[in-house]
Amino acid sequence: MKQMRANTKLQNAYLAFLFFLMYLPVAIVILFSFNESKLYVSFSGFSLVWYEKLFRDSAMMEALKNSLILGILSCAVSAVIGTLGAVSLSALKLRSKGVLEYIAILPLMVPEIILGMVLMAFFYMLKLPFGMLTLLIGHTVFCVPYILVEVKASLALMDPSLTEAARDLGASSWRAFLDITLPLVMPAVASGSLLAFAMSMDDVVISIFINGPRISTLPIKVYTQIKTGVTPEINALCTIMLAVSLTALAVFSIFRSHKKEENRDEEQIDRASEPDQEL
Amino acid sequence: MKQYRHLIRPYLIWSLVLVVIPLFLIVFYAFTEEGNEVLTFSFTWKNFARFLEATYLNVILKSFWLGFITTAICLLLGYPLAYFISRFSEKAQDTLILLVTIPMWINMLLRTYAWMNLLSDNGIINQLLGRLNLGPVSMMYTDFSVLVGLVCNFMPFMIIPIHTSLCKMDKSLLEAAMDLGANRVQTFWKVTWKLSMPGVVNGVMMVFLLAVSSFVIPKLLGGGQYMLIGNLIESQFISVGDWNFGSAISMILAVIILISMRLMQKMDKLQQEE
Repeated sequence: MKQMRANTKLQNAYLAFLFFLMYLPVAIVILFSFNESKLYVSFSGFSLVWYEKLFRDSAMMEALKNSLILGILSCAVSAVIGTLGAVSLSALKLRSKGVLEYIAILPLMVPEIILGMVLMAFFYMLKLPFGMLTLLIGHTVFCVPYILVEVKASLALMDPSLTEAARDLGASSWRAFLDITLPLVMPAVASGSLLAFAMSMDDVVISIFINGPRISTLPIKVYTQIKTGVTPEINALCTIMLAVSLTALAVFSIFRSHKKEENRDEEQIDRASEPDQEL
Repeated sequence: MKQYRHLIRPYLIWSLVLVVIPLFLIVFYAFTEEGNEVLTFSFTWKNFARFLEATYLNVILKSFWLGFITTAICLLLGYPLAYFISRFSEKAQDTLILLVTIPMWINMLLRTYAWMNLLSDNGIINQLLGRLNLGPVSMMYTDFSVLVGLVCNFMPFMIIPIHTSLCKMDKSLLEAAMDLGANRVQTFWKVTWKLSMPGVVNGVMMVFLLAVSSFVIPKLLGGGQYMLIGNLIESQFISVGDWNFGSAISMILAVIILISMRLMQKMDKLQQEE
């Protein structure tokens, strides 16, 4: 096949310019986490003072802890509901299936602000005390669809005869689910949960409606600080979080390429041991 | 996979309690008057009639206008970007797409705050302009600053679906078109653009939905007086306390968005059938 035309210099410059615009705010966040002065106006000198202050700031650490707990719990709950939902929805052959599938992605289509106020009104009506519990319930509303969509997509690629075979061989439906379907959709559950976790860690719009006066997550902390001026401690914290996720990503991709190479090696060995068919 | 039918229960309960009932709740609020209880209420159109007041009508028009402009800019800038990315080698493409998503890993509010400091009167951009004797230009708290924030935040949502559909495209079609005598412009419009349509539709829907209902970015970059639908809903619920009117606005916004998404999907289907 003919190689596609490569980009010209001008086109690459355009690419670079747009990336520059997208990374400008990120660069500012990282740069000012190392700034000596509290003011954002100019860089007055390199210092790690904000990193030091960050670890002594108990309120900030509390917010981080809340965000992590909330992210992990809402993902765990959503993974169960979303996976079961996707598996059972793809098994249904009713006319109502379309409606159910529409409801499943509705939380992703309705604007966040509407979800936030709807949940606030709903919890208020139920007289649930606003706090960690309402945050957890609220976050599952947008976490479940992310996981459900991923799992459903991977189920569509799955061979249905596998579970039928398991059933024919006498496995109960739970056994078939646990032994056959679940392991096959696990990668999709994992990637969906990761996405949901990221969304939960970053959510501010829904959270500010349902968090109550006492509990604060990291994004809420940033939101309330913006009015009075953000301390560079938050820049430091977000820089650390970015570094952690980038490291995790790097480790993961090295691990994956390593595994790929291993597979390729095995394939080559397999091929080598087979008699050459062309002869 | 019929045997998995009964596994639907947890999901069914979740979607009924947390999606369907709450959404019906706003419909209920939107059609009733303040001070009503679930058992004693009176039906009213009053909340919807208030939309015809010029103040509110302007807010809605402005939100949709801004959403439209944001989507258009994202498409104009993002399509070429996705297109140029799709011409790199597969490995380089993976890296470039990763680079598109990484800024989203930094808290959205913090990035918006960075823009506030870049655009402010004594911010970094104005300092540079001052050195070039171009004088300080007032950029914060205008439509411009809000647009910058919206476009920069939502750009990845345009780039990624377009890139995905460009990748799926069968490259031999381009050669076929060229062999049959189409020039490069014709090949682009008749083949590439048409085949990337699903991605474009997806990206446009996502960005428009996000932009039209955004409320944190306009609040920060547009200032406290800047009113879009999102800010109007928030103020009705938080500061004014008129939940009924707030619900009516939400309902209208949700209905418009759901209908326009439906239309886009239909259009997309029709085009694919062609």
